[in-house]
Amino acid sequence: MTTVAAPPGTTTEPEETPPSRRPRRWLGEHPLGLLLSTPYLLFIGLIFAYPIVFSVWMSFQDYFFAAPGAEVDRPFVGFDNYLKVVQDPAVWRSFGNVGVFLLINVPLTVALSLLLATALDKVVHARTFFRVSYYVPYVTASVAVVAVWLFLFAGSGLVNQILGPLAPEPSWLINSALAMPTIALFVTWKGLGFYILLYLAALQNVSKELYESASVDGAGAVRRFFSVTVPGVRPATVLVFLLATITGANLFTEPYLLTGGGGPNGASTSPVLLMYQKGIEQGNPDVASALGVILIIFVLIIAWVQYRFLGGKES
Amino acid sequence: MTRISASLRYVLLALGALAFLFPFYYMIVGSLQTSPDPTLAGAFPDPANITGANYVNINERVNLFQGLANSGIFTGGVLLGTVVFGVIAGYALSVLKWRGRGATLVLVLLVQVVPFQLLMIPLYVMIARDYGLSDSYLGMILPFAINSTAVLIFRQYFLQLPKELFDAARIDGAGEFRILWSVALPLVRPALLTAVLLTFIGPWNEFLWPFLITKEAALQPLAVSLANFISNVAASTSNPFGAMMAGAVVLAGPAVALFIIFQRYFVSNDLGSGVKG
Repeated sequence: MTTVAAPPGTTTEPEETPPSRRPRRWLGEHPLGLLLSTPYLLFIGLIFAYPIVFSVWMSFQDYFFAAPGAEVDRPFVGFDNYLKVVQDPAVWRSFGNVGVFLLINVPLTVALSLLLATALDKVVHARTFFRVSYYVPYVTASVAVVAVWLFLFAGSGLVNQILGPLAPEPSWLINSALAMPTIALFVTWKGLGFYILLYLAALQNVSKELYESASVDGAGAVRRFFSVTVPGVRPATVLVFLLATITGANLFTEPYLLTGGGGPNGASTSPVLLMYQKGIEQGNPDVASALGVILIIFVLIIAWVQYRFLGGKES
Repeated sequence: MTRISASLRYVLLALGALAFLFPFYYMIVGSLQTSPDPTLAGAFPDPANITGANYVNINERVNLFQGLANSGIFTGGVLLGTVVFGVIAGYALSVLKWRGRGATLVLVLLVQVVPFQLLMIPLYVMIARDYGLSDSYLGMILPFAINSTAVLIFRQYFLQLPKELFDAARIDGAGEFRILWSVALPLVRPALLTAVLLTFIGPWNEFLWPFLITKEAALQPLAVSLANFISNVAASTSNPFGAMMAGAVVLAGPAVALFIIFQRYFVSNDLGSGVKG
């Protein structure tokens, strides 16, 4: 859960060499391994390690876009960029929005994926059909399914037609109170297949004897679910919590397309959308980087709290 | 008692399947409607209201073939990088013993949880501004060139091969390259398919990065050009929803078809070991 990448190849892993043998070559038994890993290590250095360092560095500079090759002065400005971020009400609004998103998306994802995975695990007939139908949204591009949701949740769309007089006014995606919950529902629906897959794998590790002894002790299906299944898959639950939180903090495509760039009036702007607007549209990559660093710190805190409260340690 | 709970289970699963599949069904129906019919009756195809015109319409605004070709090149580049460099890295991380192997493995795991929002701005500055790779396939492919999840899948499969196999080949005098090519690779073909499938859906569905890096319509993958159509152009067409959904069918089609054909290779162990951040 850390974003700091250790420089590759510098750690000295003590090899389990029997003392009787003469010391191996410094690069180990198969130096070819290092050669074969070089492209990957270069890739990690260029695409992950360096940009992370660069991003933090940029957030302390007065950084702006210049023509390639031009020598420009980009002075160190301390925490100025961070101050700009913290003083911007739009930033706090976007953090609030993503908070609303997470409060809906994460519990719903955990509950629905565990419920469906448990049901799917015990089923014999049509198992493949169910499996495939649950994963299909996950393997489909967001952009493609967004089109259908726009149609379904439009003012005179199918959802409102079915709700009739109960339809919200203004409609879902243009209602400032409902835009974010609708996006949260969309993302839950889209990603559920992946989490069902994680839970299905975790359910294989829950011992069958526990279910049997619970049955013998007179526990019903509901009781068995809460007393055997839920504790049995706790490591997977921790993982689902963490992944759903990280994915939620990364939210961009859905508010960009479903609510036309975070509308109405910024009610569904996400921090990443704001980073795009500030950093690339308005040309302030330094401020956007500072926002990114703050966002990561928030995510790490939330992830740490989840990890502590759910106790991922002993499993 | 068990009867009731078993049928309840099927009811639950069927409701789930309906919720997951209906939007796709509705996508196809909507893409074929002459005029959009958002009523409940519109969910069932009406022969009088069926047309292929939406596909022609969207193709006039967004060059579908060009978009598909660009998506294909983008995805193909990522697949090539992943299969070539990912396989050898996975091999080095499982079969070979060398200094730094443990640290590299930790890196592969760490990379899985680095969120893209931290990388978005610096990568844009580097690739688009410093290297001048905006509006190019290379710029699109570079951040995804080697899929770390695939590296882990390859490693997992190589680890399952019996150690004696490699010892025997070494005794027979085969060099390490030859062992990789003639012994290990032919045995991990199923892993190749799983990793390719898993890697495929990433770039094919990716929106944010190619959206940032391509401004030129002729180079945009279909996901980007369709998104631009949805957010800018759609309102000016006669049947915007029909055209949008026709585009959506074309974009979703290849990924869904591949997934359904090869769904049995899409197994939980592989996905569980490689979590996407």
